[in-house]
Amino acid sequence: MIELPTLEAGLALFVKSVFVENLALAFFLGMCTFLAVSKDVKSAIGLSMAVVVIQTITIPVNNLLFQFVLKPNAIGTGIDLSFLGLICYIGVIAAMVQILEMFLDRYVPALHATLGIFLPLITVNCAILGGSLFMVERDYNFAESVIYGFGSGTGWGLAICALAGIREKMKYSDVPAGLRGLGITFVTVGLMALAFMGFSGIQL
Amino acid sequence: MAEPKAKDVLFDPIVNRNPIALLVLGICSALAVTTQLWPTIIMCLAVTAVVACSNVAVSLIRNDIPASIRIICQMTIIASLVIIVDQLLKAYAFTVSQQLSVFVGLIITNCIVMGRAEGFAMKEGPKLSFLDGIGNGLGYSLILVVCGVFRELFGSGSLFGYTLLNPVKEGGWYVPNGMMLLPPSAFFIIGGTIWLIRSIRPEQIEAD
Repeated sequence: MIELPTLEAGLALFVKSVFVENLALAFFLGMCTFLAVSKDVKSAIGLSMAVVVIQTITIPVNNLLFQFVLKPNAIGTGIDLSFLGLICYIGVIAAMVQILEMFLDRYVPALHATLGIFLPLITVNCAILGGSLFMVERDYNFAESVIYGFGSGTGWGLAICALAGIREKMKYSDVPAGLRGLGITFVTVGLMALAFMGFSGIQL
Repeated sequence: MAEPKAKDVLFDPIVNRNPIALLVLGICSALAVTTQLWPTIIMCLAVTAVVACSNVAVSLIRNDIPASIRIICQMTIIASLVIIVDQLLKAYAFTVSQQLSVFVGLIITNCIVMGRAEGFAMKEGPKLSFLDGIGNGLGYSLILVVCGVFRELFGSGSLFGYTLLNPVKEGGWYVPNGMMLLPPSAFFIIGGTIWLIRSIRPEQIEAD
């Protein structure tokens, strides 16, 4: 049976996964895409929408997979399949991305045109796999995993949009030659991460 | 393009074409595990082993993989290798594997592994691919070790857990820089390293 967390606990988990444990700025997940696709706000928004959708689908699916198949003693006493976890999760993610792409292509072509190019990027985005692994490590139940998936996706999207905004403004600044491009982006992300650490004391 | 030489394939990725500093690959795990030197080195070994082995495996079957499903084939090879590494670490270095937590698993989505399989191993023979894997692993390790040394030395005044700078708390003189233990410091260190590499080799600065 699905046990629902109380409204308070659910909200606390959501805020925690968006701000306090932001996947991008507190755990550095999905950094490759984070740095590569944050050159302008428009594509950043597209990518973050795709991440939120995929995250909200894959984490609960992986949660069910873990609860009913992979967990020790799940399909029979003495059978422990948890070592197959990694390959299963990545398979689920790849499959989900593919299904979502086909679904959007068939039924919502307008959205497919905007999100389409970002979907393949997501399969190799560590934030997605990382979300699933954290979910397993922290032993969330199904309802919690839905909230966590949505929250962590939102948090990642928020971070990449903020970075894209900063980088757009930064085009006008005079950055030392060697630091231009990647170097200054790293420093910016570092400062953002410092700012996000301000959330870390929050107990909800 | 001329036939790539074994030596270039091995040494190029270390400074000239560093996977982290130039190609922006595999940063995800580079940052989170470098608070202490010991887990950092384990992580480097793990990544180097996985890149080299997956390169060889992909290269061996490169002519038999249909182009449309190559990503999923590479993914399966990489995931299996990472599972082996994960199980080995759990068996022989349990404390380190606890410290690395999910980041061992995240080697699967480390773009270096995927990028080299796709960009090099699909085109070249197994021997060169192996060298390329080792080279890229070393390039990755270089940045990680620099990061780990700075962070452990200035953050806790020690290296490999041996105290070098005697911290104030234990009656010494060194005031540990607490920021070095926090995640953001890794960004500043890598940013600085990139600045250094690009000042020496200005041709690496990307056109904006």
